[in-house]
Amino acid sequence: MHDSLVQRIDTTYVVETPEGIQMQAELAGVIPRAAAYLIDFLLRLVVMVAIILFGLFFDELGHGLILLSWFVIEWGYPVFFEVLRDGQTPGKKTMNLVVMNDDLTPVNWRTSVLRNLLRAADMLPIGYLFGAATMVFSRQFQRLGDLVAGTVVVHKVEDLPNVGLPKVDALIPDMDLTPEDRRALVAFVQRYDSMTSERAEELATILSGVTNKSGQANTQHLYGMGKWLLGAKT
Amino acid sequence: MRQHDFESEYDSSWQEFEQFLAFRPDRFRLFRKKTTVTVEAPFSAAEFPDRYKALCHNLALARARGYSDQLLDRLNKLVVAGHHKLYSARSNAKAHWASSLLFGFPVALRANARFVWFSTLAFFGPFFLMAVACYLNEEMIYSLMGPGSVSGMESMYEPGKRAIGRERDSATDIMMFGFYIKNNIGISFQAFAGGILFGVGSLFVMVFNGLYIGAVAGHLTQLGYGETFYPFVSGHSAFELMAIVFSGAAGFKIGFAILSPGNLSRKMALRRAGRDAAWIIYGTTIMLLFAAFIEAFWSSKSEIEPLVKYSIGAALWLVVVAYCLFAGSQKNGA
Repeated sequence: MHDSLVQRIDTTYVVETPEGIQMQAELAGVIPRAAAYLIDFLLRLVVMVAIILFGLFFDELGHGLILLSWFVIEWGYPVFFEVLRDGQTPGKKTMNLVVMNDDLTPVNWRTSVLRNLLRAADMLPIGYLFGAATMVFSRQFQRLGDLVAGTVVVHKVEDLPNVGLPKVDALIPDMDLTPEDRRALVAFVQRYDSMTSERAEELATILSGVTNKSGQANTQHLYGMGKWLLGAKT
Repeated sequence: MRQHDFESEYDSSWQEFEQFLAFRPDRFRLFRKKTTVTVEAPFSAAEFPDRYKALCHNLALARARGYSDQLLDRLNKLVVAGHHKLYSARSNAKAHWASSLLFGFPVALRANARFVWFSTLAFFGPFFLMAVACYLNEEMIYSLMGPGSVSGMESMYEPGKRAIGRERDSATDIMMFGFYIKNNIGISFQAFAGGILFGVGSLFVMVFNGLYIGAVAGHLTQLGYGETFYPFVSGHSAFELMAIVFSGAAGFKIGFAILSPGNLSRKMALRRAGRDAAWIIYGTTIMLLFAAFIEAFWSSKSEIEPLVKYSIGAALWLVVVAYCLFAGSQKNGA
C-alpha cells in the first residue's frame, strides 16, 4: 500500500517524546464522541430534573438554587470530570474515550476549560454542526474547542489479553522470513485462544502454498514457527 | 534475543514501574477510585527518570526487533503513563495558583491591549449611540425591544417603588444571584467562544449588548427614572460591563489568530491565542461573580442613599481600572 494513503486514512496518532520514543494513540471519530456526549447529556438531564423537582419546594430560594446548579452543571460538568477523572466524563468512560493534550499528556485545567467553553461555538448553528464539520475536516478529528485548547480525544487502549499458547512443539522456520512475516506469525499464534480452530485453519490455508501442508497439519506448522519466534525452545 | 528471553529479563523492572505508577500518595483522593495496590513505591522518585529512560529503550528495542503487538502495546502503554508522570508535573505554579490568577489576568489584558480597545469600542460605541438616540427619541427603544418588555422594564425602575422590581427579601436576592450568574457568565462565555467564528460571534455579542444596555439607560433617563436606575446599576456596573468587554477581547484574540496567524500555522496561532484567552476568561468569570454578588445583595438595597451607592460605584470603577492597568506590572516589566 502507498504510505501516503495509509497515513491519510489511518487514525493512529503518533507523538514523539524527548526520549525519541513514539507514543501512539487511536483517535476517536464523530460517532463514538457523539454517543459519549449523548450519555453525558442524559446524565446531566436526570440530575438537573432532580434538582428542579427539589428546588420547586423552596420557592425563590429554590429558584436561585436551580439557576446556580444549572450554571455549574452546564459549564462545570465536563471540566470537572476531565481534570479530576483522568480525561474521562462518565459518557467518555462508557465509550472508552479519553481527552488528552495533543502531546498525549493529561488535560489540565486550562486546556479543559478552553475546550469546553468553546462548546458554545461548536454547538452552533444547531446540534453541534460546526463541531462535527471541523472534526471531519481536521486531521486529528478536532472540534473547534479542541483546536483552541490543543487537545485530542483518543480511544483508551485496552490490554490485549495475554492468552495461552497452543500445545505444539516449537519449530525452527525453514524459510527466510521478513520482519513483517515474523510479526504475522507471532500474532497468529498469540491469537490462538480468540479464534475457532476452523477460522485458524482457514487463515493458515492462505499459506499452504508456502508450507506445502494443508488442513490441521498446516495450522500446527505455523503455530510451531510462531512459538519458536516468540522464543520457545525446540 | 527472542521475545521470551527479552520479556523474562525485563519483566520484573516493568512490574516495578507499573507499581510506581499505581502508587498515588497525593491529593484529590476523594474523586479517585480507591486504589488498593501498593502502599509503598518500589523505588524512590529520584530514580524514576532513569527508570523511564530504560523503559523507553526497551520499547525502542522491542519495536526494532519486531516483537509482538501484545508486548509493544504493553510497553507503549507504560511509556505513555510514565511520560504523563514525568511531564505533567511541569507546572510548579500550582502552589501559587491564587497569585498567578491575580496577576496573570491583568498581564494578559495588557499584553493584548489592542483587542481590549477594539472590544471596548465595539461595546461602548453602540452603547453611547443608542443611549443618546433613546434619550432624544422616546420611540427609538421600540426598534430593539417589544412593547411588552419595554413596559416591564419601565415598571421595574419606576420611582416611588421602594424595592426595585418586587418587594425583595433575602430569598429573592439569592434567586437573582443565581439568575445573574447563569445569565451574565453565560453571555461572557458566548462572547468568548463566538470569537472562533472569525471574531464575528464576539462582535455580535458586544454590539448587541452595547445597543441593548445603552437603549435601556437612555430610555429610562429620558423618562426621568434615572434616580432609581443609576443608583441600582452603579455598584456592579464596573465589574459587569468591563467583564463583558474583556470576554469579547478574548474572543477577538482567537478570531484574529485565525484571520491573521502571522508566521505560525493557523493551528499553532490558535493555540497560542488560547493561552492568553484562558487567563482573560478566568479573570472575567471572577469579575462576573463579584458583579452578581454586588447586584443581588447590594445594588437592590433601595434603603441605601444614592450618594453612598454612587461613591461605592465610582470607587469600584477606579479599582477595576487601576487593577487592569497596573497589577502585576512590576513582576512582568522587570
